[in-house]
Amino acid sequence: MSISRDKIEQVAWLARIQLEDSEKEALEGKLSDILGMVDQLQAADTDGITPMAHPLDATQRLRPDEVTETNKRERFQAVAPETQDGLYLVPRVVE
Amino acid sequence: MQWETVIGLEVHVQLATQSKIFSGASTAFGAEPNAQASAVDLAMPGMLPVLNEGAVRMAVQFGFAVNADIAHRSVFDRKNYFYADLPKGYQISQMYHPIVGKGEVSVNLSDGSERTIGIEHAHLEEDAGKSLHEDFQGQSGIDLNRAGTPLLEIVSEPDMRSAEEAAAYLRKIHAIVTYLGISDGDMSQGSMRCDCNVSVRPKGQTEFGTRSEIKNVNSFRFVEKAINTEVERQIELIEDGGEVQQETRLYDADRDETRSMRTKEFANDYRYFPDPDLLPVEIDDEYIDRIRDDLPELPDTKQARFITEYGLNADEAAPLVQSQTLADYFEQVARGSGDARQAANWIMGELARLMNQNEVEIQDCPVGASDLATLILRVQDGTISGKLAKQVFEALWNGEGSPDEIIDKQGLKQVSDSSEIEALVDQVLADNQAMVDDYLGEEVAKKQKKKFNALVGQVMKASQGKANPAQVNDILQQKLTSSD
Repeated sequence: MSISRDKIEQVAWLARIQLEDSEKEALEGKLSDILGMVDQLQAADTDGITPMAHPLDATQRLRPDEVTETNKRERFQAVAPETQDGLYLVPRVVE
Repeated sequence: MQWETVIGLEVHVQLATQSKIFSGASTAFGAEPNAQASAVDLAMPGMLPVLNEGAVRMAVQFGFAVNADIAHRSVFDRKNYFYADLPKGYQISQMYHPIVGKGEVSVNLSDGSERTIGIEHAHLEEDAGKSLHEDFQGQSGIDLNRAGTPLLEIVSEPDMRSAEEAAAYLRKIHAIVTYLGISDGDMSQGSMRCDCNVSVRPKGQTEFGTRSEIKNVNSFRFVEKAINTEVERQIELIEDGGEVQQETRLYDADRDETRSMRTKEFANDYRYFPDPDLLPVEIDDEYIDRIRDDLPELPDTKQARFITEYGLNADEAAPLVQSQTLADYFEQVARGSGDARQAANWIMGELARLMNQNEVEIQDCPVGASDLATLILRVQDGTISGKLAKQVFEALWNGEGSPDEIIDKQGLKQVSDSSEIEALVDQVLADNQAMVDDYLGEEVAKKQKKKFNALVGQVMKASQGKANPAQVNDILQQKLTSSD
């Protein structure tokens, strides 16, 4: 199965990455190869097999509802590019 | 053409846990920005989520309250999308194996009918952070305190056929979650948020029309208004030869209109897949049974009990059980006064009127239940008339003292001394000879009754409303008959 240029542009938009035309062309080949492998997997007969949610045959342990974290804002924000009044600053995002 | 409206609601309920759904950070409201954002909530590398038992328990409680199937095994998935207040780049949610399966709730409508609304499923997920767009010179400020707060998303079937039904359903969900104590249900603070899926179709058609989704409607009143506005827009559009687009719209309450947010071409592809950081959640019968055994009395059960225990009818009981606080208030007044019907009448009458007028909720009501009970007792034992009781009630609302103090201070005690009333009657008859003659000369019984009542009114007025009306009637009747 091959992937169209439109699809590549849409996926790039969803991931918020900018692609040059040459990159798009390279990705067309690479992603089509990956989809070819997926086609191969899809060919396996999985009728009657329950999809596996996790490779380990184990179940989730639950944590009691207790507050165990303290305020470490200063330490976290020490590595942030920009902060103001306790907020992380990012390029303006308005939907 | 006759149109039919089809509505489904997605209600997000913020669960009242102490800590977040996947981290030990506090969920308390009103902290300094990012003071409650832990390494897990910030998506620091290598951090792993650990599921909060409290959130699981609350979801199961809700499941029982809506007669739903509880999934012994549920799975968390990643919902991928890009936004600055979602540090991981995905929201942990339950797409394919939600914890609460199919259920239903019944709602009472204003015409007295009852409708059953299906619940398709309810699932656990985490909330995102908050973006602030003002005051940062071309940048946005991100507060991640809310990131990771547990949410229960309750998805209804497209079973509602009017805005009124949708609002009644939302009120019912609100009542259930607050009765269970699994959420404070405060819509103004965002503890309960609602997205409305709305479509129209020609009456009689079985296929659904194309729907639009109205996002984040944040009050019961706005749900009704937003739906009605959207329905009007869709019908007008179709009747003008247009087509409804499947899109997300935003309700603007100030202009009472919905606006397009994003259309289908830009619709997100969330690329759901099972979250490898979380194992499937398994809960056993013992755990589930224990939760069921500990359930509190829920709105429907309480309503049925109010009907049998207090002799109310369904129309009287339904509004009283809408909130646990109101129901408790009613029970205190009913027990304190020994007159449940009067208690219900006062609460849904005068009290509701003043609450509406002053935009006060029952938990902030200035009239204590015991004071209202005393007031009802004072009417019963004849201390004051029913009419003046309203005056006392307003004084109670304004914090002017206890019922007895108010009755005393304002001199509202009912006059039941027959000689005093007789004197009043004599005075009125002497002062209103024309009315008396008019009454005596009247042949038609119905008209005569009206003229009699006018005289009763004169006596009541002369007594400043304090005369016992039954006695006034008797004495006036006697006097008029003897002068006949």
